[in-house]
Amino acid sequence: MDLLLSFSPFDFLVEPLSYEFMRRALIVSALVGGVCGLLSCYLTLKGWALMGDAVSHSVMPGVVIAYALGLPFSLGAFVFGVGSVALIGFVKQKSRIKEDTVIGLVFTGFFAFGLVLVSKIKSNIDLMHILFGSPLGISNSDVSQTLIISFIVVSLLILFRKDLMLYCFDATHARSIGINTGLLHYLLLSILSLAAVVGLQTVGIILVVAMLITPGATAYLFTDRFDRMTFLAVLFSAISSILGVYFSFWLDIETGGSIVLVQTLMFLIAFLFAPKYGILKTKHNIST
Amino acid sequence: MNSSFDHNVNESLSIDAYQVCVDYHGTVALYDASLKLASGSICGLVGMNGAGKTTLFNALMGFVRPSRGVIRINGKSVSEAQRDQIVAYVPQSDGIDSSFPISVWDVVMMGRYGGMNFLRIPRESDRKAVLHALERVNLLDFIHRPIGTLSGGQRKRAFLARAIAQRASVLLLDEPFSGIDVRTEKLMSELFIQFRNEGRTILVSTHDLSHVREFCDLVVLINKTVLAYGETSEVFTSENLSLTFGGMQPDPISGSAAPEEYF
Ligand SMILES: Nc1ncnc2c1ncn2[C@@H]1O[C@H](COP(=O)(O)OP(=O)(O)O)[C@@H](O)[C@H]1O
Ligand SMILES: [Mg+2]
Repeated sequence: MDLLLSFSPFDFLVEPLSYEFMRRALIVSALVGGVCGLLSCYLTLKGWALMGDAVSHSVMPGVVIAYALGLPFSLGAFVFGVGSVALIGFVKQKSRIKEDTVIGLVFTGFFAFGLVLVSKIKSNIDLMHILFGSPLGISNSDVSQTLIISFIVVSLLILFRKDLMLYCFDATHARSIGINTGLLHYLLLSILSLAAVVGLQTVGIILVVAMLITPGATAYLFTDRFDRMTFLAVLFSAISSILGVYFSFWLDIETGGSIVLVQTLMFLIAFLFAPKYGILKTKHNIST
Repeated sequence: MNSSFDHNVNESLSIDAYQVCVDYHGTVALYDASLKLASGSICGLVGMNGAGKTTLFNALMGFVRPSRGVIRINGKSVSEAQRDQIVAYVPQSDGIDSSFPISVWDVVMMGRYGGMNFLRIPRESDRKAVLHALERVNLLDFIHRPIGTLSGGQRKRAFLARAIAQRASVLLLDEPFSGIDVRTEKLMSELFIQFRNEGRTILVSTHDLSHVREFCDLVVLINKTVLAYGETSEVFTSENLSLTFGGMQPDPISGSAAPEEYF
């Protein structure tokens, strides 16, 4: 695009800010990116990527029903997110089917139900918005829902930071010192459902899982310290969201896809060039 | 639990298990296991693979619910004992993800979480306890190393340090001697003797009789149930040992077997 080349970086960053919808999209996307980035550390370390995918797809019917009934969409999404998790746990416990199979089975069922509902409930629900997000067209009430949920998620993650880390690292030890690990399990799953709800605002149901795992995976390649990993994941994720929105504006490309693509590129850079764990690392330091 | 009616709880005992039965989905792993350990002793838990050693630990830690029987630790229920940091447990294999981004210091600090406030913010006393524990297992040089970069023996010591940092009066160790070199083995057995002298109670499982001979005051022989328990010299009879090992001779090469010595 020669349009891009003729701009200074200053124009690139500042001009879109003159639009109300762009300011809103940037703030919401950065916030959602940071929140999902923080959670992504726990999910990648716990090995819950598939669970993230499951929950985010399962919220589909909840969103549709909430719209149809005129309720806040986040409420419907949360109910179905938690419902899918409960159902996965139940089927796994009561049958001999392996967990990843149960997860795949349940979330595709929920997702299919959502699709059927959309086609049947003739309303002004835009399927594309649910599936792919629309941060540029986000409404005021959606902004306030996102703010509230983000606040809840971040508060819970900060309050239970150490306990959740211990739970992800060594649940047996957590139990042996009298910590209720069952509670932590459901806490993390509830946080996951909430984060999926805010994530689908910006990138939509199909790509939410990227927000929930990619930043954590990227940060993981840079450090051996959990604290630094969370810091980097939040940073990478927020930057990806902001850049993604800008690219979407200037290149006139789909916003959710743009954000996730920036995240993926950042991961690729880390994968190649991260100082210690990148595959092209130059220093072969002999460990002492 | 109705069986507690016919069993008087003795508060001076560190571990008091009475007729404990555990089954996994109907398959009995342990039945009528009874055991009384006074505080300030080292007790070896001896049995072959599958005898139910780990199962007994799981019951003592409340990880499995006994289908029958009573367990008291320092006169308290298992969950109370855990809540009060009376009991520390080092599992057979730590089962952790070795690429988890966490340092040895942070792992040992996790031993202190139970006594900390809700946000788990370490106080000075916690830092001291962690430092002290790392010193005792000789890992001070490895404080800042990611846990996954330690060797098997060093890792075992790190998890032992975590249990030490808990400052618990009852220590449960499931096969701590498997897969470690002679030096670490010596360090551990000396530590156990020190703990005993500090008045703590140690229950340590092994399938190697030489450890029992070296430093255990008491021994429990199990094979699906407690076959015998008491002073090491009294319990090690050829009859008991053949019951324990199902008529099989324990490995003569390790020097651990030779039950003839105890005739
Ligand atoms: N989670 C489990 N589910 C079903 N059976 C189990 C489980 N854990 C142990 N067992 C069975 O219980 C018995 C005792 O096992 P365990 O306590 O691990 O023995 P040990 O530690 O002495 O080698 C074995 O027969 C084992 O197969
Ligand atoms: Mg075992």
